Amino acid sequence: MKRTAALRAVALGAAVAMIATACSSGSGSDDPTEGAGENVTLTWWHNSNTGAGKDYYDQLADEFESDNPGVTIEVSALQHEDMLTKLDAAFQTGDQPDIFMERGGGELKAHVAAGLVKDITDDAADTISALGGSVSGWTVEDRVYSLPFSMGVVGFWYNKSMFAQAGITEAPKTMDDLYAAVEALKGAGIEPISVGAGSAWPAAHYWYYFALRQCSQDTIATASQELEFTDPCWVKAGESLADLVAQEPFNTGFLGTEAQGTPESASGLLANRKVAMELAGHWEPGVMQGLTEDEQGLGEDTGWFPFPEVAGGEGDPAAQLGGGDAWACSNDAPDICVDFIEFMLSNDVQKGFAELDMGLPTLPSATAFVAAPELAQLLSYRNDAPYVQLYFDTQFGENIGGAMNEAIVSVFAGSGTPQGIVDATQAAADLEK
Amino acid sequence: MAPALLLFAIFVVVPVVQAARFSVFRWNGLGPMENFVGLQNYVMALSDQIFQRSVTNNLTIAILSIAIQLPIGLLVALLLNRKFPGQTAMRVIVFVPYVLAEVVAGVIWKLLLQPQGGVNAFLETIGLDSFAKAWVGDPSVALWTVMGVLTWKYLGLAIVLLLAGLQGVPEELHEAASIDGASWWQSQRKITIPLLGPTIRTWAFLSMIGSLQLFDMVWILTRGGPDNATTTMATYLIRQGTERSQYGYASAVAIILFVISFILAGLFQAFVLNRDAGDDKPKQRRKKVSR
Repeated sequence: MKRTAALRAVALGAAVAMIATACSSGSGSDDPTEGAGENVTLTWWHNSNTGAGKDYYDQLADEFESDNPGVTIEVSALQHEDMLTKLDAAFQTGDQPDIFMERGGGELKAHVAAGLVKDITDDAADTISALGGSVSGWTVEDRVYSLPFSMGVVGFWYNKSMFAQAGITEAPKTMDDLYAAVEALKGAGIEPISVGAGSAWPAAHYWYYFALRQCSQDTIATASQELEFTDPCWVKAGESLADLVAQEPFNTGFLGTEAQGTPESASGLLANRKVAMELAGHWEPGVMQGLTEDEQGLGEDTGWFPFPEVAGGEGDPAAQLGGGDAWACSNDAPDICVDFIEFMLSNDVQKGFAELDMGLPTLPSATAFVAAPELAQLLSYRNDAPYVQLYFDTQFGENIGGAMNEAIVSVFAGSGTPQGIVDATQAAADLEK
Repeated sequence: MAPALLLFAIFVVVPVVQAARFSVFRWNGLGPMENFVGLQNYVMALSDQIFQRSVTNNLTIAILSIAIQLPIGLLVALLLNRKFPGQTAMRVIVFVPYVLAEVVAGVIWKLLLQPQGGVNAFLETIGLDSFAKAWVGDPSVALWTVMGVLTWKYLGLAIVLLLAGLQGVPEELHEAASIDGASWWQSQRKITIPLLGPTIRTWAFLSMIGSLQLFDMVWILTRGGPDNATTTMATYLIRQGTERSQYGYASAVAIILFVISFILAGLFQAFVLNRDAGDDKPKQRRKKVSR
């Protein structure tokens, strides 16, 4: 029943699009595929709303317009949170822009089910094959709906001079190494790790990584498909987490600490040299720069190492947890929209994107242009990873992800159990079946 | 009358009816509502431990607000009602927290209550290091911290209302009492406080409804955390409902919140406030009570 209504909505959307194109072209043609050469307006929302990034995107829009006469791109450069709020509202009314950002996973799945996103599998086939494995997070039932343009992985950001001060000479490779580092840091009077458990997701990343190390790729893929968390590896992930929490490595009051945004947040504590490390994504250097007075973040002291190996797990120790942003077209957007997002993933555009430090390019040929050494290091782990698992809360969608995160935080608080995480997740998943 | 009714219908009745309609569907906000689930959302909410905790927290806050603010408010109001130099200034000062926007006050307190914030720094300077805590980060103290900030914020309102009520207590009664040899304290206890009854009951009603719908201060200080220690029905609604795109479920919680508030307001009206309604006919009232 749901399917029919969705199809009806799609048909209606397509009809509206046809009428809109026909009206705007004024030529009487009702074939939307004749995008090029006709007068078409594309609306584009993005979140590079300041500085060089904004200028770069404006310049790209101009470039595309001059290469495709008749195409006008209306750009809205929005602050990130504002963009998300506006997008949510737009999706609910079915009035989303032609070109927008998709984070993949369950969110995309919901948008696809509601018939809001264009299937670009065939139209963008070349770009999709150039991107390789990174499109997997934006694939629903073997159809691709977006082109990821930036993708990072989560790892430990640390303060090199604090590590030196505590006598730690090598970045931890296994959990035991990490525990030894925690002890050494405590011995030197340094709080080892900050975690924004108040925002839930930064704490949840630990469990995601333990699950990645404990569960095989197949188990995770099957769970994503069938929404069943029966494999014992999911409980083991929680047990690994409980072991970590028992080491008491976290900052004072971490249950109330926010992820980022203030000097007292988890990122702020690392940036202001109050703790030695934090588990965070590729955005961390940029976030830290905004939280220090000299806008340097940790500067020269910035270090990065991947999440350690966990003994006895079935998962690949090189698998990485990450996520990113992708360009998508609205289902009712003119077909030229797909040309535009392919243009956004062209080698030249991705190269410029990398050079301006706007993110971590997904096109393999453009990855060499990332300048910052820690980011280049992170990128090499991303590229060498057998697979990059999308953050579970994105993968499973807001509801299952939210239930999962909440239960993970309760293990951090000491009130929850490893089994409790699986139970809460399964209960939320059962509602989605 | 008609335009007023129309406005009431558009802005009050329609949203409530809409929420009631949403509450019987599973709906993520996208596309049409098709997945009718009957009362499942209500069953889920009422059997959810975190929701039960929210209701308990709301009731705890409602009771503690009255139990803490009433005696302190009354005492301060009685003191401020006596003539002394700087009386007006004092009245302004006690009212300042209430006038301050909730968000501003919340953000200031949040900064002060950080582990390395002002409150702990102050405790250290006066040698009470052992009392320093993660005020909003420790599940065992977070609710008390919120309670403390709420008291700071809303005590001013209680005091101002009680001061206004005190204006209605005739001075002659005190004079008569003091001629009869009553002490200041006796005349406050036997004359002032009974005559303040209607004001106290109205304030308590406002305080109770405010406590049940509490959202902003908790959201800013703790977002209902840590580990749901300070969750209220309203923060639960936002966190478990709208932040997870469970609009049907969120609507069911909203309806439950509405019903709980409605019932408690009704009970308060029936058993407490009705004493004031009959004030001009004291005899009838007595009859009612004796029945």
